[in-house]
Amino acid sequence: MTDNKYRTDFPIFENHPCVYLDSAATAQRPACVIEAEKEFYEKMNANPLRGLYDLSVKATDAYERARQEVASFIGAGSPEEIIFTRNTTESLNLVAYSYAMNFLKPGDEIVTTVMEHHSNMLPWRAAAEKTGAKLLYLEPDEEGNFTDDEIMTKINDRTGLVAIGHVSNVLGCENPVRKIADRAHRYGAVVVVDGAQSAPHMKVDINDLGADFFAFSGHKLMGPMGIGALYGKKDLLEKMPPFLSGGEMIESVSLKGVTYADIPHKFEAGTVNAAGAVAMAAAIKYIQNIGFDEIRSIEDRLCEKLFEGLSRSSHIHIQGSKDPKKHNGIVSFIMDDVHPHDIASILDADGIYIRAGHHCAQPLMEYLKVQSTARASVYLYNDERDIAEFTEKILNVRRWLGLES
Amino acid sequence: MSLESVYGQVLNEHNLHPFHKGETEGATMMLEGKNPSCGDDIFLSLKVGEDGTIEDGSFQGSGCAISQASVDIMLDLVIGEKKERALELCSEFMNMIQGKATPEEIEDLDEAGALKDISHMPARVKCAVLGWHTMEEMLK
Ligand SMILES: Cc1ncc(COP(=O)(O)O)c(C=O)c1O
Repeated sequence: MTDNKYRTDFPIFENHPCVYLDSAATAQRPACVIEAEKEFYEKMNANPLRGLYDLSVKATDAYERARQEVASFIGAGSPEEIIFTRNTTESLNLVAYSYAMNFLKPGDEIVTTVMEHHSNMLPWRAAAEKTGAKLLYLEPDEEGNFTDDEIMTKINDRTGLVAIGHVSNVLGCENPVRKIADRAHRYGAVVVVDGAQSAPHMKVDINDLGADFFAFSGHKLMGPMGIGALYGKKDLLEKMPPFLSGGEMIESVSLKGVTYADIPHKFEAGTVNAAGAVAMAAAIKYIQNIGFDEIRSIEDRLCEKLFEGLSRSSHIHIQGSKDPKKHNGIVSFIMDDVHPHDIASILDADGIYIRAGHHCAQPLMEYLKVQSTARASVYLYNDERDIAEFTEKILNVRRWLGLES
Repeated sequence: MSLESVYGQVLNEHNLHPFHKGETEGATMMLEGKNPSCGDDIFLSLKVGEDGTIEDGSFQGSGCAISQASVDIMLDLVIGEKKERALELCSEFMNMIQGKATPEEIEDLDEAGALKDISHMPARVKCAVLGWHTMEEMLK
């Protein structure tokens, strides 16, 4: 039996019993989230923001209430500062295309880090190419920390935009966003935070962070796939041109011209994923009912067990901080003479699911001087039995490959 | 599917002690093969004589046990053979990995037949065919 009282909220473990250690890729969903999406379609489905009849008004209300929930979840002052997107990747692209490509100029510098997910790297590379801005990378030390010197040198009066991941999807470390944002703001630069791996695990307050933009995905915080959000400061969003154009984002169109709708709808072209937004709000409520203190204490305990279990093999090397509390549920590791893909396949045979590969962070792999890593990641529904099974079975992996264990 | 049927003696032996890893003197062809899902890459070198015989060959690069063993076994099979025969083995191997090879084809693949159960591991198919696919590109 499980020692985790939340686990039974998740139908997947009933339908497909497994040791799921890949929540950093996508979380599992509790029944209440699945129910919320179903309920939208069963009880209030109509095209929101468009119709003039009762049902459409209901759909619109539900959608806009979801926006309100998302806003208060991250401490945004007003719901109009929240744009619904498909995911973190789309949110970051929106900023790159609508902000960076229009407001940066040759000679400006964009500062990001070698630790970023490709989704928080490639859009900036595109923006740099388009505008003639220069792209710089902050480089962390071995444990994933950025020295003050690194921050001070690379963020300066040429900096126009800083894009930083809040929590690394490989090392699990939390980056000093506030410190970096303060430095960037001194020079009037705009700060974009990739919150894909932080929003599910810690209380985020965009004001405390100093974020001008904050991007995150619904599916990593137990919401549905295909819905995400972008927070943007009102004055920035207002001066930015739309990202996509078409229906529902205009005020009026004539053959000669167009007046765009106000924010946030200016950035939500076409029929929106209202059911997804409503279910994402349900996931947020689920998180809030449990509370981040509780989530953190579950994850810290599991991470500690993970560290303990993995350290039983001298052939396993955990990447990043030696302190399990600094991993935010993410533990990447390598094993001597064994490719991570083989680890994942061998564990798969026992119904243990971990991630292996470059985790969409190839520049970081190069920096760590590894080809790829294996990654186990936990969330609030994992129990100690998951960790026990994983850390026991992993000790057999080398033997499967004909190596000494 | 049991793990033994994939991570068996043949695969482990070729992975741990690859016979053809290294350089080929007088190589006439060289091509890099990439597996985008894991970022692994191999460099395959072949020395093909005027009459179309693969006289020698080798690979470099790192990767998972499946991709490493598969390319090493492949080189065992094709060195000394004519180009056409190598391409025939290639197509038999691809068939096997897709689970549609005949028993005769699997028999013909000799040691490479040890990889047949990878057809039940969709996530690893790309690893198994990396070397074969690269060779096919070179010889076609
Ligand atoms: C740090 C980080 N940024 C961005 C992303 C991209 O998220 P999504 O695929 O939901 O757009 C991920 C997801 O893997 C991530 O871990």
